Amino acid sequence: MPLNFDTALGVHERALYTRAKRTEVLGANMANVDTPGYQARDLDFRAALEGAQQQNLSVSRTRSNHIQPDGGAAALEAQLKYRVPNQPSLDGNTVELHIEQAQFADNAVRYQATLTFLGSKFSGLKDAITGGR
Amino acid sequence: MFKVLDIAGSAMNAQLVRLNTTASNMANADSVATTEAEAYRAKQPVFAALLQETANAAAGVQVTGIVESQAPVIKRYEPGNPMADADGYVFGSNVNEVEEMANMISASRSFQNNSEVFNTSKDLMMRTLQLGR
Repeated sequence: MPLNFDTALGVHERALYTRAKRTEVLGANMANVDTPGYQARDLDFRAALEGAQQQNLSVSRTRSNHIQPDGGAAALEAQLKYRVPNQPSLDGNTVELHIEQAQFADNAVRYQATLTFLGSKFSGLKDAITGGR
Repeated sequence: MFKVLDIAGSAMNAQLVRLNTTASNMANADSVATTEAEAYRAKQPVFAALLQETANAAAGVQVTGIVESQAPVIKRYEPGNPMADADGYVFGSNVNEVEEMANMISASRSFQNNSEVFNTSKDLMMRTLQLGR
């Protein structure tokens, strides 16, 4: 069985990428906390990850009327949704700082968890290569 | 992932502009002028979301301009003032100090929040760099 990094790292590589994207989206929300009319957005993580995994399966179109498999970044951005605010402000801004902060912290911790998983995958690969020496 | 640093940076920049206008307003709260047109008017920055190449990407903040408050300036009878006009009136600024204090605190808190986003993102990046060591 050939050793392939795509399969060896499992879902974690994609998860790390999606978490990094979500960091950007949440950072943008907090950056625009005082911008009139700005609407807060978030990534639907489950859908984004599933979308990212599906494109790994290299779908081929056998008929012209089949749905076109979409590319990486476009697939992620399609999962960007607008947040429903609890208390929208008069200037049309829907960023609620406490929610964004909580989500950002949650995302950062999960990013580190994914990093840890990836780290152990790598040390497992190293062990396999060196024979545990 | 690097985009989040740009976004947090743009927000800190915008909040600094806001702090600068607030400082200018507070400094000139007691300035007087001879004519109504020359009187100091409170300045406020206008924030707008800075959309990147694609409409769906995460957005930073830009300051699109600085507007002057349309509130009426205060006309005071001070014949002893060297700046007084022929009738003995001086024109004070229309700065509302309470509003400016609130603005200052809000700007400073937003700045802190974005610098926290910056630091957390930087930590995540550094950890990613050390992956597999």
